[in-house]
Amino acid sequence: MNVELNAVNKHFGQVHANKDITLTIPSGSIQGILGENGAGKSTLMKILSGYFQADSGSILLNDKQVVIHSPADAIRHGIGMLHQDPLDFPPMKVIDNFLVGGGERHRGGDQHRGGAVNRRGNALFPNYKQIIKEINELAGQFGFAIDPEAYIDAMTVGERQQVEILRLLWLGVQVLILDEPTTGISTAQKKKLFSTLKILAEQGKTVIFVSHKLEDVEVLCDRVAVLRQGELVGISFPPYNTDNLVSQMFGKLITPGSRIVCTRDKPVLELHNVSIEEYRLSIQDVSLQVRAGEVIGLAGMEGSGQPILLRTCAGLVRSVAGKICINNKDLTGKNHHVFKRHGTAYMPASRMEEGLIPGLTLTEHFVLSDDKQHGMFIEWDKAQRNTEKQIQEFNIRGRPSTPVEALSGGNQQRALLALLNEPLSLILMEHPTRGLDIESSIYIWRKLKERCRQGAAILFISSDLEEILHYSDRILVFFAGKVSKPIDAASTTVDQLGQLIGGKGWEAA
Amino acid sequence: MLNKKSLWTMPVSFWHNIGFQVIAIILALAFTSLILVMAGAPPLLAYKNILEGAFSSSTQISNVLVAWVPLLLATTALLVTFTAGLWNIGIEGQITLGAIFTTGMLRLLLGSDLPPGIIILLGFLAGMLGGALWAFLAGALKAFGGVNEIFGGLGLNFVATALTIYLIFGPWKRPGVGSMSGTVPFPPSFMLPTLSGLRISLWAIAIGIGGLAIIYLLIQGTYFGLRLKAVGRNMRSSFLLGIPTTRYMILSFIICGILAGTAGAIQVTGVYGRLIPSISSGYGFLGLMVAMLIAYRAIWVIPVAFFFAALNIGSIRLPIVLQLDSALSGILQGSLVLFVLMMSGIQQRFFNNKGEKHP
Repeated sequence: MNVELNAVNKHFGQVHANKDITLTIPSGSIQGILGENGAGKSTLMKILSGYFQADSGSILLNDKQVVIHSPADAIRHGIGMLHQDPLDFPPMKVIDNFLVGGGERHRGGDQHRGGAVNRRGNALFPNYKQIIKEINELAGQFGFAIDPEAYIDAMTVGERQQVEILRLLWLGVQVLILDEPTTGISTAQKKKLFSTLKILAEQGKTVIFVSHKLEDVEVLCDRVAVLRQGELVGISFPPYNTDNLVSQMFGKLITPGSRIVCTRDKPVLELHNVSIEEYRLSIQDVSLQVRAGEVIGLAGMEGSGQPILLRTCAGLVRSVAGKICINNKDLTGKNHHVFKRHGTAYMPASRMEEGLIPGLTLTEHFVLSDDKQHGMFIEWDKAQRNTEKQIQEFNIRGRPSTPVEALSGGNQQRALLALLNEPLSLILMEHPTRGLDIESSIYIWRKLKERCRQGAAILFISSDLEEILHYSDRILVFFAGKVSKPIDAASTTVDQLGQLIGGKGWEAA
Repeated sequence: MLNKKSLWTMPVSFWHNIGFQVIAIILALAFTSLILVMAGAPPLLAYKNILEGAFSSSTQISNVLVAWVPLLLATTALLVTFTAGLWNIGIEGQITLGAIFTTGMLRLLLGSDLPPGIIILLGFLAGMLGGALWAFLAGALKAFGGVNEIFGGLGLNFVATALTIYLIFGPWKRPGVGSMSGTVPFPPSFMLPTLSGLRISLWAIAIGIGGLAIIYLLIQGTYFGLRLKAVGRNMRSSFLLGIPTTRYMILSFIICGILAGTAGAIQVTGVYGRLIPSISSGYGFLGLMVAMLIAYRAIWVIPVAFFFAALNIGSIRLPIVLQLDSALSGILQGSLVLFVLMMSGIQQRFFNNKGEKHP
């Protein structure tokens, strides 16, 4: 299906999120939409998929002007969006997730045109057998190993994404929008995703791929549109000129800083033969010594056990055997608040669920995080001055009275960083730069390295191998609950690391 | 779960909000009038009678104040649990237990030589303890038993009612035979001193306003209050920020229970002078309505609770004058809450989030 956006405008209060965007996407192509956070990519896609209405401008599908009122309406027009966080129902089965969307009322894919409606049953009595057959057929086309009877909450992000793609195709979608689909999935799943998208394009479907990852866009897309501050600043075709794309995205060229090592001798974290048993996964017999100022990257596919080990180091998960020491103090079996008092900080991946408190302002957050309470009453004036200082220091785009949910993702991450107490011995982070643009990522790491110079050690999880190799001193690789011996980052290449993550070369290591 | 609006600050688009609230009030009045017309009563005359019943004499105004104080305390109590994100439906039982404990303490002191002031003070302390205990039970059930506070509170309400009935017809029954009219009235010296010729006690008013002032300061100005607010909005983040969330949740129940128990103590020492079967008079549930109506903003407690109390007292004369049931005040109160919530929903959906349609 040909998709045409004509002079689309969208305002959110003072912010002009989309400025006169005109873009034509021919059917059978993979269109990349590139831009940093807040460039207006998601807004544009949400307009196309019926989440928002444009303030002005028009949408044409196969040269016919349409008005899309809601996501359900978009599906009826053949447009489906795969969101960054899967919008599925985790406690339900795959098949139930298919049915919740009201699939029995929609036409199937082209090959099912006609008889499909009846064969799928009706809204009250869906034909489970037929639908399971259709799911298996679709999954077979792309080589997905999806069991229609499996429960969603037992799946990885990558698998849930596959389920969602199948569901949209099953609903008869001709235009597939993917919002940052490569965050949080493994390399193998990414490969599979890309081959799937190429098959879909060959079938004549239109694929729109939204990302801020240059390398993904470069290998996948037939054409790339770059957005900056709400404006369409350029359209390119392969072969791409990377420097050119970067300067279009940011208005200037950016390179990450060089490797800095600030490891000292003092051990801050020691794991002695730690074993952890969690639902579906167990980690056996991990021993590790982390010194002050050291950065350890935890690499591995999603679901290989990195977060469990990280949470154990924070006292959020209890180990079943072994000893955990922070600053030479045995804290085995203690809860998170004890770890916190001994200088441990934990920063989770989901910022609004496990880090910030929606509805509270920046000032209120800084007051809450301050471990030095001065009397019973809060001195709001002083708190506000302190917040202003932090906002400047951490370059947060917001005011002391801004509620945190109004901040953009990058600014939320900066705020979380600013909320860390001083001094700290150990910082534990899940995906410190997930969803952030290059500029914000570099900024976050500069701040983290400052902490290292002050003597804090950092353990972090990332699915970005470049990030792990560039910022870590040593790397732990996880594979299905197995944890490698620490590997020296400086003498490891992306390929070597990728093989270990995929489960190869473990005997040697 | 709770309204996302800030609990303690005035909204930015103040006049815009006022406009919507006025529409809501008009709709509630129109709805109530419709019911009146259907019941064959002239609406304007009914409203006039309610107003006269509430304000036509100093006796009536003092009666409104008598109803206002426990409602004020109940609403204030609920602000604490709402701030912590909890629906403390069990407040009725907490008021009742306050009244039971106060009655029990006063009965113990019936023959003592202590000065009346001390006796009343001990009665109040016992009431606070009773309310706090009942609230703690609801909190402990939630924190350690995984029982949602709505169900736990509902169950405890029934237990509290049954306990009252048991005491009135059992151990504390009047000499001879137990009666629905309650236990034996206490001597006047056990009662809060009232203004001469009126039923209202300045002490009760002072306690009501004092309670609100303390809670306002607690939530607005202290670390405790801010942490409570944080727990109410995101328990997981609060825990990671270092707040002992379970302790704060249970503390909010206990503080709420103390205030509810105080309301119960006032019902005994300032209104009825004894324990009666429905000693809480429904002020707990009415307080829930007031709290929702004012979107949990403390400054509005005083006028709105006063308005609700006036409706309650004003409608008492309806059966006599117009042969209408006094439940009319409940219809007006209930529809007011529903329409105000509806209008704020409409406002948020169509005016604040322009064009955004989040699921």
